[in-house]
Amino acid sequence: MIVTAINTAARRIPPWTIYVLGAGYIVWLVWLGATGGLGVEPINALERELGRTGLQLLLVGLAITPLRRFAGINLIRFRRAVGLTVFMFITVHLTVWLVLDVQDWGLIWKDIVKRPYITIGMVGFAVLIPLATTSNNLSIRKLGPQVWKKLHWLTYAAVVLGAVHFVMIRKGWQLEPMIYLGVALGLIAMRLKWKRRQGAVVKAG
Amino acid sequence: MAYRWSNDLTAADVTPYGAYLNRRQVVAGIAGVGLSTIAGPVLAAADELKQNTWEEITSYNNFYEFGTGKEDPSRYAEALTTDPWSVKIDGMVDKPGEYAFDDIMARMTIEERIYRFRCVEAWSMVIPWNGFELGDLLELAGVQSGARYVAFETLVRPSEMRGQKYPVLDWPYVEGLRLDEAMHPLTIMATGIYGRDIPKQNGAPLRLVVPWKYGFKSIKSIVRITLTDKEPATSWNMAIGREYGFYSNVNPKVDHPRWSQASERLIGGGLFSKRQPTLMFNGYDQDVAALYEGMDLTKYY
Repeated sequence: MIVTAINTAARRIPPWTIYVLGAGYIVWLVWLGATGGLGVEPINALERELGRTGLQLLLVGLAITPLRRFAGINLIRFRRAVGLTVFMFITVHLTVWLVLDVQDWGLIWKDIVKRPYITIGMVGFAVLIPLATTSNNLSIRKLGPQVWKKLHWLTYAAVVLGAVHFVMIRKGWQLEPMIYLGVALGLIAMRLKWKRRQGAVVKAG
Repeated sequence: MAYRWSNDLTAADVTPYGAYLNRRQVVAGIAGVGLSTIAGPVLAAADELKQNTWEEITSYNNFYEFGTGKEDPSRYAEALTTDPWSVKIDGMVDKPGEYAFDDIMARMTIEERIYRFRCVEAWSMVIPWNGFELGDLLELAGVQSGARYVAFETLVRPSEMRGQKYPVLDWPYVEGLRLDEAMHPLTIMATGIYGRDIPKQNGAPLRLVVPWKYGFKSIKSIVRITLTDKEPATSWNMAIGREYGFYSNVNPKVDHPRWSQASERLIGGGLFSKRQPTLMFNGYDQDVAALYEGMDLTKYY
């Protein structure tokens, strides 16, 4: 009953709401940063909040299918918007790092090749690019749904890379990033279990 | 003896207490007077030495005893009781014992020291400390001839220091210096900032300040000082030895394994703050280079 209510309400919300909320949050964060609302070190604070929100949204996107399977709540129509908003956040996160934080192209390149947590972050971002560029109906048509689905398994790679990047950036082992990594691995484990079960069904049939 | 080192940053550099001087307004102001081109490098130097505000110094802290976020210490350090307080001085000293904080303050000469402070995370501040030379306190206790190092220990009190409930580091926090580093005129025990009692989030009631080393060596809320002949264990070195060495001298040529140490962010510059190049020994090269002559600073990082 309540599930039907949620699904009906969700159907009334247009997916572009997510883009608007996401972009609005980014603009608000930048404004806060420029006016002292993010504390005395706004550059780092901005980087952190953009990265963290991007990672959170990625986890939300990966939770949509399990949510449908276990609770019957259908938010699939928002998944594309969630995914592209992740790309929005991570692109701005990267831009803040390049332009406001490191500032020097020589240092940037050195960081990318010499600092493992940055290499991992860059690879994670690179993985998001094919995902973002194929997040449209034309791509699904051109690639065919099978190929498109397999390509979008890269999302699992992206979330693990992002979470590991987060774990590595802190001094010592800290709880918060480990929680994100745990949730990411949990969502992946769930999918692997399903695939194995599907495989077993196919074999039995 | 006190006063063995004088500030190169003078009262003229001091930002008025509580006032936030917008960095870009300063630059624009001077530019308006037409001095920007010639004054460029000079301006940059003076700009770098501008003191951070009280708000910046007391709201952006690494003090994992209260949590790992930069805002955690200012949020949670109020719980700490700093009165009564005593420092146990032991090891190779003539007069070991519990030295009450008030007694120490009565015997020491407090002076103002305006120092650059450089965190290993590559951010920095300019802080007007008030404190006394560590050498004076050690002389009070009478350092014996066999002593080679000074070890320090922070309070453990999880009931008041909520971060100590989590083993992000092994508590108590410990640090150490070579004896000549400890006796150096630059090395102080800070008990105040901007003429006020040092806030709890900054390491009340007394903390070490070794301005040519990364900030984590400037151990806070000290309860024990031990004179020893063996190199003491230090917390960050025990936690991640590859990244944090015993010496941890500020050195733009020796990178942290995970990030470059060649530049730093001066706190207070806002969203568009330009990174500054890091100076050898945090700009105290002339004062301390002699301590490390002949030492391979990449090996002894």
